[in-house]
Parts: sequence; C-alpha cells; structure tokens
Amino acid sequence: MIDNSPIRTFIAHLVLVLGILIVAFPIYYTFVASTHSLQTILRPPLPLLPGDRFVENYSEALFGGVGRIGGVSVATLLFNTTVVALGIAIGKIIISLLSAYAIVFFRFPLRMTFFWLIFITLMLPVEVRILPTYKVMVDFGLIDTYAGLIVPLIASATATLLFRQFFLTIPGELVEAARVDGAGPWRFFWDILLPLSRTNIAALFVILFIYGWTQYLWPLLVTNRNDMNTIVIALRKMISFADADTEWHLVMVTSMLAIVPPILVVVLMQRWFVRGLVDTEK
Amino acid sequence: MSPRVVFPNKILPYLLVAPQLAITLIFFYWPASQALRQSMLREDPFGLSSKFVWFANFKKVLSDPNYLNSIQVTAVFSIATAAVAMGTALLLAVMAEKVIRGRGVYRTLMIWPYAVAPAIAGMLWLFLFNPSIGSLAYGLRWLGINWDPLLDGEQAMALVVAAASWKQISYNFLFFVAGLQAIPKTLIEAAAIDGAKPTKRFWTIVFPLLAPTTFFLLVVNTVYAFFDTFGIIHAVTGGGPGKATETLVYKVYNDGFVNLILGDSAAQSVILMVIVIALTAIQFRYVEKKVHYG
Repeated sequence: MIDNSPIRTFIAHLVLVLGILIVAFPIYYTFVASTHSLQTILRPPLPLLPGDRFVENYSEALFGGVGRIGGVSVATLLFNTTVVALGIAIGKIIISLLSAYAIVFFRFPLRMTFFWLIFITLMLPVEVRILPTYKVMVDFGLIDTYAGLIVPLIASATATLLFRQFFLTIPGELVEAARVDGAGPWRFFWDILLPLSRTNIAALFVILFIYGWTQYLWPLLVTNRNDMNTIVIALRKMISFADADTEWHLVMVTSMLAIVPPILVVVLMQRWFVRGLVDTEK
Repeated sequence: MSPRVVFPNKILPYLLVAPQLAITLIFFYWPASQALRQSMLREDPFGLSSKFVWFANFKKVLSDPNYLNSIQVTAVFSIATAAVAMGTALLLAVMAEKVIRGRGVYRTLMIWPYAVAPAIAGMLWLFLFNPSIGSLAYGLRWLGINWDPLLDGEQAMALVVAAASWKQISYNFLFFVAGLQAIPKTLIEAAAIDGAKPTKRFWTIVFPLLAPTTFFLLVVNTVYAFFDTFGIIHAVTGGGPGKATETLVYKVYNDGFVNLILGDSAAQSVILMVIVIALTAIQFRYVEKKVHYG
C-alpha cells in the first residue's frame, strides 16, 4: 500500500459509513415504523428508535389478516412466496441441469437447434410478450394456481448456459472411466456430475431464489385471488395512493417480512451469492 | 478440443431436453409469435373481428405523442438511474479498496438492497418521502422545499430514480470491487513512484483499466432500468402524475391490460423485443471480447 496517510483512511471510512447509512437507512426505518402504532406513524417525523408495539403489530399482521387484502393473513402470503421462490429456483436448476447434460454428453440430431432455441429465450422476457402469454395462461386454466406462478418462469437460458460451460470443463477421461466401469448415463449423472456441480448449484440457487422471491409483473398478471398473491403484490394492494386508510403499521410489518427472508439468504450464503452473481453474468 | 466422449443413446437426450423445450415453446415462442402477428392486426377489444393492417399499428404507435413521451421518460429514467447507481457504487468501491480493517463488514452491509424486490424498494422510499406522513418529506418541507411527488412530475421522477438506483448499488458495488481487485498493484505503485498523486492515478490508470467493468455494468443497468423497474413505477407512481413517469414497459402493460388496445400494445411489445435483442447482442459481443483479450 502506498501513501496511506491516516487522513485518507479516515475519509475512506467516513464515505463508506455514509454509504452504508444510505443503503441501510430505508430498511432500518421500515423496521422502526413496524414497531410503532398507526397513530405515531401518521404524525411525522417518526422517532429514530423502535417503539413498543413489536409483538402486537407482528402478530396482528401474521395471523389476524389484513383488511385491505380481503382479510388474508401475512402468514399465507409468506407461504405462497416461499413456495413460488423455491419452486422457481429448484425447477430452473433441475430442467437446466437436464438439458445441459443432454447437450454436452450426447450427440443427436437437432442438438444445436435446441441449444439455440433455449439461448434465444434470453431475448424474450415477459414484458415483450405480455398479452399473448396471459392468454396462454387463461387457456390452460393456470390463473391463480401455484403451477401458473412457477412453471412459465422456470425455463432458463442463463442456468443452462452456465451448466453447459461447466460441463464442458469436465475431462472426457472421466466419462470414459465411468463407462469402462459400466456406469450408464444415469449413474454418471447421479454419482459423478451432480457431486461435481454442487458449488455451481449452490451459487445459482441463491441468485434464483432472490429472482423468484422478488418477481412482480408475473404474479401481478396471473393472480386475482387475494389468497394466491405473493407478498410483494399484496403489499402493493395494501397501499392506497390517497393514503387516508392505509394501515401503515401493517404495511411496514409486511415489508419487513418480505425483505428479511431474501436478505438472510444473501447474507448467510454470501460466498455463493457473490460467485453466482459473477458466474451468471459471464 | 478433441471430440468429446459421449454416451451412445438415441432417445434419452430428447427426453432430457423435453421439459425445457416444452416450456420455451409454450410460454416463450408461441406467445412471441402471437405478439408479432397481433402487431399487424387491428382488433376490437372484444376480439370479435380483426383485420390485417401491415405496419399501421407501428406507424400509429410511433407517431403517438404519448408514446414519444414515454420514450423520453424511459431515456431520462435509465440514464439517471445508471448514472446515480454506478457513480455511487464506484465511489464506495474505491473507498472500500483503500481500507483494510472492516472491509468484510462493509461488503456484507452493502449487499442488502440486492435482496429487496424493486417494488418494495419503491414502497420504502415512498414511505420516507410521502408528502403527508414521510419523515424525510417532513424534513424537506422544513428546509422550505415544496415537496409533493404525487403532484409534481419532476419530483416523482426523482423519487423513482432514487429508489431504482438505491436497489442497484449493491450489484454495481460488487462488480466494481471485483474489477478494482483485478488491476495489478504494480502499475499503481509505479505511478506513485513517478510522483502521480492519488487523484491523478485514479483518472489515468484505474478508471481506464476499469472500462470493461464499467461498460458491462452500463449495459446491465440499462436492461435493469428498462425492464426490472416496472414494479417500482407500478407501485409508487402508477406512471403519474400525468404521464411523467410512464416508461415503455409500464405503457405496454397499461395499454394492453388496462386500456385493452391490443394492436398498439402488441406493436409496442415488438419494439421492446427489438430493444432487448440489441442490448443482449451488445452484451454478448462484449463478453466475447473479454474472453479473447483476457
């Protein structure tokens, strides 16, 4: 390190602390608001320290049901969102593993056509085919179902590309050795390929779980019933622009409950998260 | 590379790709082709009759002042979001490189917003800056600013840009830190020995060498601002006030689902498709280059 004067280091720390304040403040303040009564929130400015309504607010939202979203409890919303996020992450990983396996370890007519068909879906996000996709959902009767929330989102060009890239680095000798020892394609996949892909799968899982948890446009389109909403969509419904009858204390509790699970995943699996982020973008 | 060792199997590979292919065909290619077809049809909202009109829908959309406004809004929004998110992240990443103690703690605290859904990020900022109950709005008024993002278009834009870039800082920060770590320390030391001051070293050595990362992030941030911020707009402003924050994606949704103008919405979808294809192509060309030149 060169000319690291104490003043420069101090300034660096100062800027970083300011940065953290900007980054963390909205989340901290939401937590503060979630522990105050509605009356306190409606009289700004809000105190900077948490209030004493933590237990009341959280239990009211979690189990009591929220009026503006048809009396559905936040516990139901959390359950829905967990199912959707896990379904999308696991579904994407499974079908991408399978198709990358086929494309790398087998030779068959139309192999590259299939690869490109999967690859080009990168260029067709929901936003560019919004109405016709909705019509398909209606025709299949998938509105307001978990399948409708999950299945259309589990095709994944990124994950397939990533697994393909990784499989290509596996030496042919390994495949040969497995075959000499009499392992069939399934045995090879299960006993050799999957254990080798563990870190890749973990890294991808973090990214995809967040992706699933934070979906907005898709759940907005395919859910009408309040008890099938994900937590993000329900939150949107709980806020009224006129804000006269918005139950802000419950909104804040719900926001916290919507934010904390994915943050825990990211922070606890930080190593894989950073890896997955860098991998999926390359 | 030598020809790969493969399994001799005729049917299994088809079964393996079948699930992924089925989903892409049913939920991606079929709807996309329908969007293309519909963009050249004019249909009444009840779907009772339609006629083929070639590019009339495109002509209509592209000469619609509302659409032109929404192109402008999207441009302002994307540029502002990318600039704020990348500028802040670069500053923080450079500072994080300088400190030794507490680096891990800073990074852990910095990545939180990545996990927050864009729509929720928008709602948190709306809560802070809501004219009637927001504590920071209270502060702004106390400073004598006439703050009301629900009525003032420019303030509404500032609010959604703040929320959108806040959420993106973590992502940019991680990539800038990785980019900074890849710059050889010897170069910087050599410049220091030659007497270059830290500011000069940053602009003449670090910043140019960071260009690949910056360019990559520029593309990613543009894609983010175009598509992933729908939730912020929908949750915070609903495109308003007036049409001050109506981005292209929000307008496609609004025209198709709320106003039921099918032909126009499909034509807008196709225009968006062209934009995505262009952005993806740029991104992949760039990635290829990076692979070649290390």
